[in-house]
Amino acid sequence: MNILAAESEVLAPLATGWFMDNAWLIPVVPTVAFALIILIGKRLPMKGSELGVFSMVISLVLSAGTAYQWIQRVNGTSEGQFVSPVVRSWSWWQSGGFDFGIGQHVDGLSVVVLFVVAFISTLVQVYSLEYLRGDRRYTHFFAALTLFSGGMLAMVLADNMILFLLGWEIMGLCSFILIGHWWEEDANSRAALKAFFTLRTGDMGLLVGISMLYFAANDWTQANLGLSGFSIRGISAWALSGEPNSSVITIAAVALFIASIGKSGQFPLHTWLPDAMAGPTPVSSLLHSSTMVVAGVFLVARLYPVFFVGLDILGSGGNLIVIIGGITIVISAALAFVQDDIKRVLAYSTVSQLGYMMLGLGAGAWLPAVFHIFTHAFFKACLFLGAGSISHSASHHSFDMKKDMGGLRKVMPITFATWIVSTLALCGVFPFSGFFSKDEIIDNVGHNGYNTFMIIGLVGAFMTAAYMTRATYLTFFGEPRGASAGHAAHSHDPHGASAPHDSHAAHDPHGATGPHESGLLITVPLIILSVLALGSGFLNATPFGESWERMKLWVEPRASVVIADSYPGGPGESLKLASGAVPAEESHSKSVCGSATPEKGVCYAPQLNHAPFKWSKALVSLLIVLAGMAISWVLSILVFTERDPRVAGLTSRIKVLGLGHKFLVDKYYLDHLYENVVVRSVAYPISQAAYWFNQNVLDGVLHTVARFAKRLSAWVYKNIDQRVVDTTVNNSAVLTKSVGTAAQPTQSGRVSQYGALLFSAAAIAALVLVIINT
Amino acid sequence: MFVNQFLFLAAVLFCIGVYGVVARKNAVLMLMSTELILNSVNINLLAFAMRNGSTDGHTFALYIIAVAAAEVGVGLGLVLLVYRNKKSISVDELSEMRG
Repeated sequence: MNILAAESEVLAPLATGWFMDNAWLIPVVPTVAFALIILIGKRLPMKGSELGVFSMVISLVLSAGTAYQWIQRVNGTSEGQFVSPVVRSWSWWQSGGFDFGIGQHVDGLSVVVLFVVAFISTLVQVYSLEYLRGDRRYTHFFAALTLFSGGMLAMVLADNMILFLLGWEIMGLCSFILIGHWWEEDANSRAALKAFFTLRTGDMGLLVGISMLYFAANDWTQANLGLSGFSIRGISAWALSGEPNSSVITIAAVALFIASIGKSGQFPLHTWLPDAMAGPTPVSSLLHSSTMVVAGVFLVARLYPVFFVGLDILGSGGNLIVIIGGITIVISAALAFVQDDIKRVLAYSTVSQLGYMMLGLGAGAWLPAVFHIFTHAFFKACLFLGAGSISHSASHHSFDMKKDMGGLRKVMPITFATWIVSTLALCGVFPFSGFFSKDEIIDNVGHNGYNTFMIIGLVGAFMTAAYMTRATYLTFFGEPRGASAGHAAHSHDPHGASAPHDSHAAHDPHGATGPHESGLLITVPLIILSVLALGSGFLNATPFGESWERMKLWVEPRASVVIADSYPGGPGESLKLASGAVPAEESHSKSVCGSATPEKGVCYAPQLNHAPFKWSKALVSLLIVLAGMAISWVLSILVFTERDPRVAGLTSRIKVLGLGHKFLVDKYYLDHLYENVVVRSVAYPISQAAYWFNQNVLDGVLHTVARFAKRLSAWVYKNIDQRVVDTTVNNSAVLTKSVGTAAQPTQSGRVSQYGALLFSAAAIAALVLVIINT
Repeated sequence: MFVNQFLFLAAVLFCIGVYGVVARKNAVLMLMSTELILNSVNINLLAFAMRNGSTDGHTFALYIIAVAAAEVGVGLGLVLLVYRNKKSISVDELSEMRG
């Protein structure tokens, strides 16, 4: 490449536009709508829900505009050129030399997640109009849902870790509010508290990680980029600069990953997520499957250089992220087999799919993992909304597949069709979207040398296909049971996750009519989501060649070395391609970023590998999925319908299987471990120690102080009060008395005398005036 | 102008008024003496107003005449009450406030 060409590449202008420059409006709109709903929502004709839906539509339009302009920006660049993110930041507040910023960071990752969040939020709000109609806290539900969207969008768009933390915590709060939406049920409020405390456990890691990164990176980022140590670009560049101490960055990465474990429901902090299904179904669909729980994955993807360097992602055959991801995939998929509650099956499925995303990120498959966030959001939201549609219109608000469902394919054709499409997408059947994302993850994990984990991924795919087939069979095939057979309402499932809300049941329109298809406000979102579950995979269809990999082009940051020269007035804004830093013939295929210290300039993203697509590998995984479906289908018919004596009731006859089943039903005893062992062993000694401290130390101090104070006050009374104060008071009284006695004669009571005194005084005053003036 | 004459007249009236207030026992006479003092001040104001060629003094004189009328009204009311209680209008009777 000659110098002229290099020069033109340097100067290739990056397209920009109004939507990208003003992307910060996207989270602001729902946040303002939240305040309006709280203030005036109850007085509006639709109880504030119109504000929520309207704000989400605006956010969706703004996100779509931003995505379109970002694609224009990327398309306008030459290959290998670094597409710098559109960053705008303002100073929020300053304190003791710390400058806390607020701002936007628009790049491929934030654009894709922004779009997904705004899109799913809009559909879920429309769906909630019907699903929660007549609820007693209808307005507050929409307020919390809108605030959640504002928090998530702010986190996705954050340009620094402080704003990121803010959005992260808003989501945790809204999750708590929405899980406990029907808090009159004791189980619901306990589930909300459990979710909140488990998330808080993880959040400690986020605080520690952010602080460590700030103190480690701030000097370097200020000196080289003019950015604060909180800024995401600064941290990314610092992590890849070869500067950081390896143990510091490892500990910081582990701390941040603990936050991700909590938020994304990874083993061993996954226990809150299934219980979170106590919230209304739209909440499960939006927060606990498609958007909020990917925040942990998003954190890893956002600060990927830190994890890449800190955990040595491409350099070893196993690290914390892949281990946690791998364990999560298998154990949660196993749990999904023993659930009777359809939402809990989907919840464990979500945990398992989040495990895939983590596995992908941990193994260097950044883009497939992010792509899986994208596709998973559509099909999992569709599945959850489908489950809600069933409970709303067919099963009397029960979610119990064994008691209240079955045979619903005939009465709910639209829900059934969308469910089947999304299930196939979740299982990863060609050409549904899950195939293009999940299979890529598994493929790339193997390509990057994590062979054990590739096998775990395939086992997980088998299990996914099997448990989804079981759930589909129980729900839509076989004989109708319980409520879906038109039986009268009965006692609902005992754990309370789907217990009906009284006001909700009061308007129950289908008590007499039996199961039927849901209304348009429910089915239209389902249809839209299922179309995307089918089609969204083609945005990065690796089997069809490079030209189909749009997502890779638009979203993956390019691992180019860039020179950061600070112009006055625009610190870090002027990023140019360092044409000479990398030999031209190598720069497009292999960059030094991530593997060696960049000599001139900085890197913002590590160089990652992409596994070449091979049909042979894809066919193997497809066969595994189909085998899982077939085996599960046959077993489901035998166990649930035919009651075949060879397989039905196996767990009660064979002791080992029974124990295994019980082990799964009791969720590996992790809840018992946390509540009875961990919490007790921590809380009990602490309360003991606090009591002892209170009795001996605090009370001792208190008694000593009291004795001293008593003695001191006695001395003060005797010496100061009696001697000094009282003497002063007495003397002044005596003085006043004598002055009064002396002045007494003038008060004769005779008017003439008063007049004489008055005029004498006036005459003297006049004399004085005359003397002064002359 | 003959300002001195006016001032002299005012001073004489003032002294007579002061003498009346201090020396007379009769409450009504004391009130009349007060009127004398006020009118001596009026004469002073008018004299200086004439000398300075402005109307400010006239304004103040009118103002004082109005206030004096009100004051006489209140004063006579007080005298009437004193007479009802004491059957006398001698101010020497009113010495309950003696210290």
